[in-house]
Amino acid sequence: MIRQNWWKIICVVLLVYTFVAGFLGAVPAKPILNETIRNLYFHVAMWFSMMILFIISLIYSIKYLRTNNHVFDIYALEYAKGGIVFGSLGVLTGSIWARWTWGAFWSSDPKQLGAVIALLIYFAYLVLRNSMTDMDKRARIGAVYNIFAFAMLFPTIWIIPRMVESLHPGGMGNPALDTHDIDARMRVVFWPGAVPGWTLLGVWITTLRIRLSLLEEKRNH
Amino acid sequence: MHKKIYTLVLTLFCWSLAVPVWAQGAGDTSKVEMADKFRSDGKIYVVIAVLVTILLGLFLYVIRLDRKINKLEKDFNK
Repeated sequence: MIRQNWWKIICVVLLVYTFVAGFLGAVPAKPILNETIRNLYFHVAMWFSMMILFIISLIYSIKYLRTNNHVFDIYALEYAKGGIVFGSLGVLTGSIWARWTWGAFWSSDPKQLGAVIALLIYFAYLVLRNSMTDMDKRARIGAVYNIFAFAMLFPTIWIIPRMVESLHPGGMGNPALDTHDIDARMRVVFWPGAVPGWTLLGVWITTLRIRLSLLEEKRNH
Repeated sequence: MHKKIYTLVLTLFCWSLAVPVWAQGAGDTSKVEMADKFRSDGKIYVVIAVLVTILLGLFLYVIRLDRKINKLEKDFNK
């Protein structure tokens, strides 16, 4: 699967579709947001990609703990790194978007803080791993910590932001995708185009890193 | 592999059929400032051309990296 090409072609097609339809397609006219509503295809898609990459990372960590197969540890690590890249881009793009809609790059909004805390927990995963030199210990503790890091996504980005007042769309209830804010014309770009497109790009780059890691392993043995 | 692509194309096609139905209730009568002029002047196509060029350039770069790793793997497995 990771060495096949068909899904990479789909990735290119979906992202080109997202970029073309994302700018040409009609969008609802909203005060304050104006044309920036198109950021949905890029900023919000970053978060969906991040969550999917973290879920894949979690699955490989569990697989590692069940089998002790070192390859699964490499998969878990690289998928977590991919998720961190997308999450960081999500925070940065959100901050830029906020500057021209909320008025400031950073408002310490519950959603901004929650996202940053979630990312810091994942940064700690990398730091923790690098603090150990013993390969098996590093993989084992890393896998257990990765499960904890994923569990922390629940309060930081899925629960608390839904419970408190926020500047972010959706307010109380759904963190981002309020059905009143976007309509079918946007959904048809977002769901079949942006979310799978960006996610596949993340998976693609991650699998390249995994393959490099595996080659390095082989060279060292 | 072909079956998977076929399923995906079919799914996308069904989506496109569904759009006009959903879009019916979404008439915008409000006077919110949008980039209508920009779009009607045709300048937005320039932006799309630039973005798609960058996107394709990056894809080309990733594809080349993919090929290089493919080659490395083949050399290793000899």
